[in-house]
Parts: sequence; structure tokens; C-alpha cells
Amino acid sequence: MPNPKRRHSKARTSKRRAHDALTATGLSECPNCHERKLSHRACPKCGTYKGRDVLEVKEAS
Amino acid sequence: MRHRNAGYKLGRNTSHRRALLRNLVTSIVMEDRVETTITKAKAARPHVEKLITLGKKGDLHARRLALSYLQTREAVTRLFETVAPRYGERNGGYLRIVRTGFQKGDGAEKAFIELLGAEQVLDEKRQKRAEIRAKRREELDKAMAEQQQQSAGDGTDVSS
Ligand SMILES: [Zn+2]
Repeated sequence: MPNPKRRHSKARTSKRRAHDALTATGLSECPNCHERKLSHRACPKCGTYKGRDVLEVKEAS
Repeated sequence: MRHRNAGYKLGRNTSHRRALLRNLVTSIVMEDRVETTITKAKAARPHVEKLITLGKKGDLHARRLALSYLQTREAVTRLFETVAPRYGERNGGYLRIVRTGFQKGDGAEKAFIELLGAEQVLDEKRQKRAEIRAKRREELDKAMAEQQQQSAGDGTDVSS
């Protein structure tokens, strides 16, 4: 089986990973409760979407 | 190229997929709103739209065609008598799909699919549910209080 010929330096690993960063999710603001939410989705906090569309009744038990 | 690859397979064979969609479509016609995954909602939408078009035609042939797809007679009745008359002026676009979040477990995206013009019915339904919930809670609270009083009276401890 083929095997690595030389050891990989830490610098080499870090350099490879320099491009692996994740980007933050773009979030929009809920027009109803001003919480940050995913766009094109109902707000999980207040349950509204596009004004009068109240979707789920959220209640703290 | 994805030419001629329209539609959704939903990871099922033809008969399984057809049964699933018929079931889902029947539920949408009966309940006005159904929560499902976004993919299933998108797959069901054209079927519901075609049925509503049949409902607007309203003749016996249309009724028989609807009966051959929907799984219950009540659904056909509801389609022709309460759902289809809502859309006299509108040509298609009878449904709304709203993404609501992600399913626990497999992370699938969930969505509501609902009939336009059903908002009032749905609001009433929700209110009724809330009332029942409130009543049940009240009864529970009362029963609990009674029990506590009783146990305080005869000195036995229920809390342990
Ligand atoms: Zn909100």
C-alpha cells in the first residue's frame, strides 16, 4: 500500500486549513418582533410570516 | 443535463409515492392546512391545484375524476362544496407554502402547506383548540388543589 514519504508539518496543515473557515449564516430581521431570523421562513420566536400569517402558537409551559 | 427530469421521487417507488401523495392531498383538502416537509409540500401542490380545477368545473365527470384520486368521499364533497367555490376569480396559485423550521432527528426542512382563503377557518380552529387546552388546564389545576387540600387534611404526604 502507498504510504506518506514525509511527515506533514504543522505549518502545512494550517496553511491548508486557512481556506476552511465557515461563513456566518445571513440572517434577516423579523418585522414583527425584531428578532434575527432566517429569511423566507416563519419567525420561530413569534410565529409570524409576512404580517398576518400567524403560524404556530408558541407558549412557554 | 436534467432535461425531462421534472418532479419529485421522494425516495419511493411509484405505488408508494402515489399512495403518499393521495393521502397528503386528501388531508390538505380536509384540513385546509398540513405541516409536512418542504419537498412533500412542493410535490403535493400541483395535485391539489388540479383537483381544485376539477372542483371548479363541478360536473359529474369532474366529480368522478376527483373521486378516483381522493381517498374519501367526504374529501370530494368538501372539495366541490366548500374549497373550490373560494377560487372563482383566481386561475391557479390556490396554495401557500411557508417554511417553518427544521425537523429534529434528520434535520429535514418543515413547511406548512395551506389553502388560500382558509385563514378564517384555521383561526377558528386554533381558537377552539386553545379554549379546550385552557379548560383542561383549569380542571387539572383544580383537581391538583383539591388533592393537596385532602392530603393536608388527613396528614398523608402525596408529594413524595
Ligand atoms: Zn418574530
